[in-house]
Amino acid sequence: MDLTLLLQLTLNGLIVGALYGVVAMSFVLIYKASQVVNFAQGEFLLVGAWVCWWFLTEWQLPFYAGFIFTLLFMMLFGLVLQMVVLRPLIGEPVISVIMATIGLGIFFQALMKWIFGVFAKPFPPIFETEQVRVLGLEVQTVYLASLGVSLLIMAGFGWFFKASKHGLAMRATAFDQQVAQSLGVSVPKVFAMSWAISAVVSAVAGVVVGVVNGVSSALSFYGIKVFPAVILGGLDSILGAVLGGVIVGLLENWAHYIDSQWLNWGNMFQIAPFYGLVLILLIKPYGLFGTRNIERV
Amino acid sequence: MAEESPILAVEGVSLRFGGVRALTDVSFTVRPGEIFSIIGPNGAGKTSMVNCVSGRYRPTEGVVRFGGQDITRLGPNRRAGLGIGRTFQNLALFGHMSVLDNIMVGRHHLLKAGFLRGMLYWIGGAQTEELAHRREVEEIIDFLEIQPVRKAIAGTLPYGLRKRVELARAIALKPRLILLDEPMAGMNLEEKEDMARFITDLNEEWGMTVLMIEHDMGVVMDISHRVMVLDFGRKIAEGSPEAVMAHPEVKRAYLGKDLAEPEPAAA
Repeated sequence: MDLTLLLQLTLNGLIVGALYGVVAMSFVLIYKASQVVNFAQGEFLLVGAWVCWWFLTEWQLPFYAGFIFTLLFMMLFGLVLQMVVLRPLIGEPVISVIMATIGLGIFFQALMKWIFGVFAKPFPPIFETEQVRVLGLEVQTVYLASLGVSLLIMAGFGWFFKASKHGLAMRATAFDQQVAQSLGVSVPKVFAMSWAISAVVSAVAGVVVGVVNGVSSALSFYGIKVFPAVILGGLDSILGAVLGGVIVGLLENWAHYIDSQWLNWGNMFQIAPFYGLVLILLIKPYGLFGTRNIERV
Repeated sequence: MAEESPILAVEGVSLRFGGVRALTDVSFTVRPGEIFSIIGPNGAGKTSMVNCVSGRYRPTEGVVRFGGQDITRLGPNRRAGLGIGRTFQNLALFGHMSVLDNIMVGRHHLLKAGFLRGMLYWIGGAQTEELAHRREVEEIIDFLEIQPVRKAIAGTLPYGLRKRVELARAIALKPRLILLDEPMAGMNLEEKEDMARFITDLNEEWGMTVLMIEHDMGVVMDISHRVMVLDFGRKIAEGSPEAVMAHPEVKRAYLGKDLAEPEPAAA
């Protein structure tokens, strides 16, 4: 038993889990507002990270400027994507919409490889010290910052839905589009907004992961990790998405610990969340917080 | 105020769903400040008519004018912004939200502070704005006597109260014209009397024009200024409640052919 390793991995799990939670939240946001299951969520991370990398290396912008430009770009990206690709599909069968998002995922995956190449590229260093010690544990500074950013985003989401005009309109639209319209809410605007916010938030996660691991197409794997998180929490619950993300992060890292200490099978890290997913679906098919009778993917 | 210019003018509206003719060449006008009721047997096209006015359906032919402006092509949310509020035949509250939040959605198009000003809650003026809106919302809550349940989750309320909350949400829009689709369906006598009082007060004290669909003839005849009768998508009568009740076509639509009336002689 290596207790320090266990603690270290638990901390990693929490931090990575918070990131999963953030991505899962942006996935749920799109699903809740427009009933679209977005299989291109991982590519949002990928595009965001590459764009930020491009601003920082090619344009030599300082990090904060590049980051802000990236977010602005992603906002437009989400808006355009919704208006050009998804809006004409409103009212089409669910399976067509899902196919379209899978297609988008493949398209952006390939486009990024075409533009930026197939090899992982590191971000220029952003923090002066790579690692800091917290309670005797080594933590990447970026991860620590990302935890802060994740919490900030979550609080922002909470505030947005509870107290802002657009958040309220979004909740109303999620509940009943026709009624929301009769009260003056523009449903196309709400859809576009949900895609824009989702793209921006995913890009934040993409940049954080990119800074730690370098930018490569592996980033879009986060989009797949999001599924266990989201299904664990319930497809239409924002809070559930956050908790699901954290649970997946912890599962991963604990599986890694068990694997490295006793089993030595390798790769448990990647598979464990999906075992968890299968178990949860057996016990609670609607997730921990989901409403009953929603579509399963 | 020009009393002759109608607030709502429906001109020659037809609505077809494939081969089904839901409405055929219906025209009527609603004058400002009146309570105008649409009655008719089941499937006569009453709700279709209201949906053409609220924008949920787009008429196949004909024009809908609101305050003189052609709104036939506008989407429902734009019409809400112009001042047309509505309630639904089947309850359509946001079940998981509190009563207050439900009503606040009705303020959507009146709220100015967007995302950024909302973030600067205290300095951006969003707070003063919200307070002003809350005051008006509280007035509506007082008016409809739903103070005790304002913090409750809408889905947990009994039916009669939910109907009232739905009305409150529609009023929150500050509409000039309010469309009520069977406001009294499924209510007991007491609840119906309350609702009738709310509708007349809304009309007399708040100055809202009301376009209402209702099946309860007693209520319709009591509170409406004018009544229109639809049958199989066609207008068969319009006028004061008494005149409409006495109209032979209306009797025929509701009761079947008058037996006393002699059969037309076969040629």
